[in-house]
Amino acid sequence: MGEPQYVKAAVFQRPLRLGLRRSLLRKPSLVLGMSLLTLLVLFAWIGPSIVINDPLTAQMAERLQGPSWKYPLGTDHLGRCILSRLMAGAQLTLGVSALVIATVALIGVPLGLLSGYVGGRFDAAVMRLVDGVSALPEFLLAITIAGFLGPNLANLVLAIVMVKWIGYARVVRSIVLSEREKEYVLAARVAGSSLWTILWRHLLPQILSPVIVLAALDVGKVILTISALSYLGLGVQPPVPEWGAMLNDGRPYFQTIPELMIYPGIGIMIVVIACNLIGEGLRDLLDVRSR
Amino acid sequence: MGKLIAARLWQLVFVMFLLSLLTFTLMKLAPGDPVMLILDTEELAVTQADEEALRKELGFDQPLITQYASWLFQLMKLDMGESYIKGKPVLDELIQRLPATIQLAVGGMLVMVLIAAPLGILAAKYPGRWPDHVSRLFALIGASIPSFWLGLLLIYVFAYQWKWLPTMGKGGLSSFILPSLTLGFAMAAVYSRLLRTGLLESLSQEYIRAARARGIAEWRIMTKHALRAALLPVLTVFGMSMGNLLAGQVVIETLFSWPGLGGMIVEAIFQRDYPIVQGYVLFTGFFVVVVNLLVDLTYSLLDPRIRFGKGGV
Repeated sequence: MGEPQYVKAAVFQRPLRLGLRRSLLRKPSLVLGMSLLTLLVLFAWIGPSIVINDPLTAQMAERLQGPSWKYPLGTDHLGRCILSRLMAGAQLTLGVSALVIATVALIGVPLGLLSGYVGGRFDAAVMRLVDGVSALPEFLLAITIAGFLGPNLANLVLAIVMVKWIGYARVVRSIVLSEREKEYVLAARVAGSSLWTILWRHLLPQILSPVIVLAALDVGKVILTISALSYLGLGVQPPVPEWGAMLNDGRPYFQTIPELMIYPGIGIMIVVIACNLIGEGLRDLLDVRSR
Repeated sequence: MGKLIAARLWQLVFVMFLLSLLTFTLMKLAPGDPVMLILDTEELAVTQADEEALRKELGFDQPLITQYASWLFQLMKLDMGESYIKGKPVLDELIQRLPATIQLAVGGMLVMVLIAAPLGILAAKYPGRWPDHVSRLFALIGASIPSFWLGLLLIYVFAYQWKWLPTMGKGGLSSFILPSLTLGFAMAAVYSRLLRTGLLESLSQEYIRAARARGIAEWRIMTKHALRAALLPVLTVFGMSMGNLLAGQVVIETLFSWPGLGGMIVEAIFQRDYPIVQGYVLFTGFFVVVVNLLVDLTYSLLDPRIRFGKGGV
């Protein structure tokens, strides 16, 4: 779960040099990341129609088998098809992390916009809250909530959302603060545009790039958090196939069948690498700099 | 300077208040009746009267706000209650577990420095050349590899296949190697890149040119002049990523059956030992805020411009 939190302080800089040189194909990391992600999406959603085993059905007679035509990667300790479970796990990981980031952005971006533009007491209140929450590591909150309300995916997602929104609120607010006195905003105000129009039409486009970059880099972190806590048994609960939880399932057998822990681990790593490559590529492309 | 300390102390109080409110509320919301949990462990037939008596003893018949106030008062006296399972005071348990956690953290940071410092310096010395690319690749992998998986792979190779090192528990020096490596690896990825960025920035400063003009040896410029300025962003991130360090500790201590705080909290969660969970959360929250306070103060030592109030970096 180690991550550079300095990205949260990302600030937007206007492109210095525009032109074709900055075209998409000039960014190998972005292309590589996108290709990896596309493959993973295909693996997760098209794969199950090719390998038609149920990821949840236990077949004790066929437990811990090696690769075969029926089970291309063999079976786990309950005789479930490992490949099918990996595919279902990919669906879960990609789906949940996308959902988490979307929720977080939907909370943080409007709050940051309003807080930066309206200012005053509202801004002060939001910033106090941001400061308070920022002192709480997200993982600590996840542990707290899992500890008291019981370990499951919903509680884990709740904990991540409760902490992650502050990054977006901060970044958006700092951009709005630097933009709101600029002439185009003043002109819009003089022309009698409503608050909504100014925020939506004039300010939102300015903050889009940094938010996209932040989101892309955050997806990888969220995936690592979910899988780590599921590995500990504090996240996704069995029998739901999640990669971290699968690793935990395979743990007792890993001396004899190391594949049980190797496949899910590779899965997690590839997903996170893809997200990080996309995030870094987008950062270069959109010229968003961490300070 | 005084203002900064005052603001940070105020934040410390505010955050601890938030944390105390959060843990108290969650404790009340938690499923299961703590009274029954305590009585259960004694494995005796429980009568209604016993239950009522204990409820009264623990103050659970009082209104919530009174309970919170008296709980907070106890907390001020560092009384965090007793573990439901072990019956020991929470504070004793925390103190007993703390050294192992600190030792592991030191080991992890040692590994981190040993990897990140050479990698970051080489990458800054040859930007855009192969040392830079190697460090970039390493950073990508380090930031993307799940630490529990890395730990398992290390155990598999070094403990099971080659039988060089112990798999779990805390013993001699050899038992530190695998957990420290696992913990330090992910951290090194972040810091090596951060160091590179910082070094590149400070190498382009005027005072470096001045030092070069004075004919100071290149390695001396790197280690003495540039590194000092480059440490500032590293320090900031270090303070901010305390939470990640703690998170890493929880995962790695569980993985290696390390007798520290991180292993304790996972156990406590499964056993629904709420006082322990509460103690851990308050303790680590306090620790994180204090470290950030110290980091802020260390700035002024590293950067005279802040110390003498002549603008920031």
